[in-house]
Amino acid sequence: MELAQFCASSRIVIVAGKGGVGKTTVVATLATMAARSGLSVLVVEVEGKSGLSAALGLPPLAYEEVEATPGLRVRALSADDALLEYLDQRGLHRISGRLVRSGTLDVVSTAVPGMRDILLLGKVKQLEQSASAPDLIVLDAPAAGHAITFLTSARGLQDAVRVGPVRTQADEVVAMLADPARCQVLLVTLPEETPVNEVAETAFALEDRAGIALGPVVVNQCLPSRWNGSPHAVADATLARVDLPADEAVALDAATAFVGARRAIQQEQIARLAKRLPLPQIQLPFLDEEIGPDAIGLLADVFAAQVSAMKAPT
Amino acid sequence: MSASTTDLGALVERCHVLVCCGTGGVGKTTTAAALALEGARRGRRVAVITIDPARRLADTLGLAGTHDAEVDRALWDPEASAPDTGRLTALMLDTSETFDGLVDRYAENEEQRDRILENRFYRNLASALSGTQEYMAMERLHELHETGDYDLIVVDTPPSRHALDFLDAPQRLIRLLDNRVFRVMMAPARGALRIASAALHAFVRQVGRVVGTGVIDDIISFFRAFEGMEEGFRARADAVRTLLAEDSTAFVLVTSPRRDSIDEAVYFADQIALHGLAIDGLVANRVHPAFAAPTDVARLRPRAAALREAPTGDEGSGPDAEAARRRLADRYDTLADLAALADRERVLLAGVATHMGTTAVYVPFLDHDVHDIAALHTVGRYLVG
Repeated sequence: MELAQFCASSRIVIVAGKGGVGKTTVVATLATMAARSGLSVLVVEVEGKSGLSAALGLPPLAYEEVEATPGLRVRALSADDALLEYLDQRGLHRISGRLVRSGTLDVVSTAVPGMRDILLLGKVKQLEQSASAPDLIVLDAPAAGHAITFLTSARGLQDAVRVGPVRTQADEVVAMLADPARCQVLLVTLPEETPVNEVAETAFALEDRAGIALGPVVVNQCLPSRWNGSPHAVADATLARVDLPADEAVALDAATAFVGARRAIQQEQIARLAKRLPLPQIQLPFLDEEIGPDAIGLLADVFAAQVSAMKAPT
Repeated sequence: MSASTTDLGALVERCHVLVCCGTGGVGKTTTAAALALEGARRGRRVAVITIDPARRLADTLGLAGTHDAEVDRALWDPEASAPDTGRLTALMLDTSETFDGLVDRYAENEEQRDRILENRFYRNLASALSGTQEYMAMERLHELHETGDYDLIVVDTPPSRHALDFLDAPQRLIRLLDNRVFRVMMAPARGALRIASAALHAFVRQVGRVVGTGVIDDIISFFRAFEGMEEGFRARADAVRTLLAEDSTAFVLVTSPRRDSIDEAVYFADQIALHGLAIDGLVANRVHPAFAAPTDVARLRPRAAALREAPTGDEGSGPDAEAARRRLADRYDTLADLAALADRERVLLAGVATHMGTTAVYVPFLDHDVHDIAALHTVGRYLVG
């Protein structure tokens, strides 16, 4: 499949996954790859965590957009900011300050479950539809079990709130999420049993409850293929007639046995994931280096190569 | 914070409460369960509160429900080597159920209780107010503490967007319940308050136009129904805080050796310190095992490179020997990569440990996933030494 075609298959990609699976790394990788393919890309971060700016070699993010590399811009978003902006645009500037100061915002957003999520997604929708919209928006979704809540809250709100601007916002968010040309979700997992179970459950929940199109599932931190070899160093040393000190043979065998055992688990889990979740897989390697712009560049190459090998949808 | 060594064995023996905290995906639940198991094996009566455990771990611990169910002794002590006094109880946190229990406890009568439990705003509280899950974990901890049935209670904390929700959440709820706007809204307008009240009504009407008036009605009827219960909640929140500040309560911070979770761990520890509390133990999960010393790396790399070059004099030649050389070279590289990685992880972890004035206990990346009691026990042995 053509890289540009893949990157442009929807205008918004929401990257979701449990904590610790490397979701932010995948966000940075996807955005870098798309920007390299010639698209203008905006990365939106909603949790105020530092990982994304570090991955892209940037200082901590703010509400204002910053350019990471040509064609790749990044910004943070918070529900409170989104609400204040929303109220301002509707001429309700006077009540917005008071909402926050008096703590009424906390009460109201508790009363309307998912209101914060809807405001965030509403802001993303506005970015997508603005005149200066980028070709692609990559959204770093909230971590942990929040992804399902985050993406299904608009439907929930339709049941709870019948009228009013927040209801309108929810309707528009639901329409955005359900349109595969506008929005798809990229799920991230690890090649381990629990993350595989969780990603499969999340995938079905998102499809059933939010009607969201799913992109390929990214299996992160796969052991690099260069870490191979069986724990029979002595046999090979004999065959090659090479001197091998006994303690070194023990260390070599221990390392290859460890890697072999981890790899066996991985292969088993990757196969299980393929069986449980009929989605194309992108496998990204475990990197034994800090996640910064260099590492992200490397991962973007790997990602792009696997996209090229993917079949185009018919 | 004074410099000390992380001694989880001592904490498991001495403490009444162990709080496992940290970001998501670092193995908090496994750590909590493994520490609880070690406590029971040392003859203590232990309860562990888990949050959203992986299904196989839940099955292993017989976690069918949210009530404290004792884990079959034959399961956690298969060799019958633990002292007779040891007991292991495990439960899952149910946020709504725990919250309902609190309402039941502090409602003045059944009618007040039912009015609250049926209120739509209340039904949203448990799921929508950020930090409620954390709050209820602490509440459940206090309930178990009050039963007097347990020597040690280990509590897992939810993977939080905000590191300290479990400390702050009770205050947040109380602040919410104290909200002046809605307190004035529900009070009968009288005397000097009338003007303020009129202004507030106008404000709330405007808010209602944005979010829908039905929502505002729900909120006001909730505040009405809740009246009179704040004191109970406040007293309870104070009691939880006191319990967390006790000398017999310890905080164990769990991290992975990856940069992002280490950054979060540092932030977490600093925040805990701002609350006047201290981290008593640092656990690093999934640390790569070191099969060679970091100083060996400089020797291993050239070894791999030499093996890839043409054989010298008396070394074997031919395709079989060449293939064997290449395989050996790959092994040297793998060993060197792992040694360098293990070293880098240890340097990162030592940095955060020093910052926190303690040492880190390493649980290596095991060559199997942790799902059964035997694997938990393996983790436990790494934890308590």
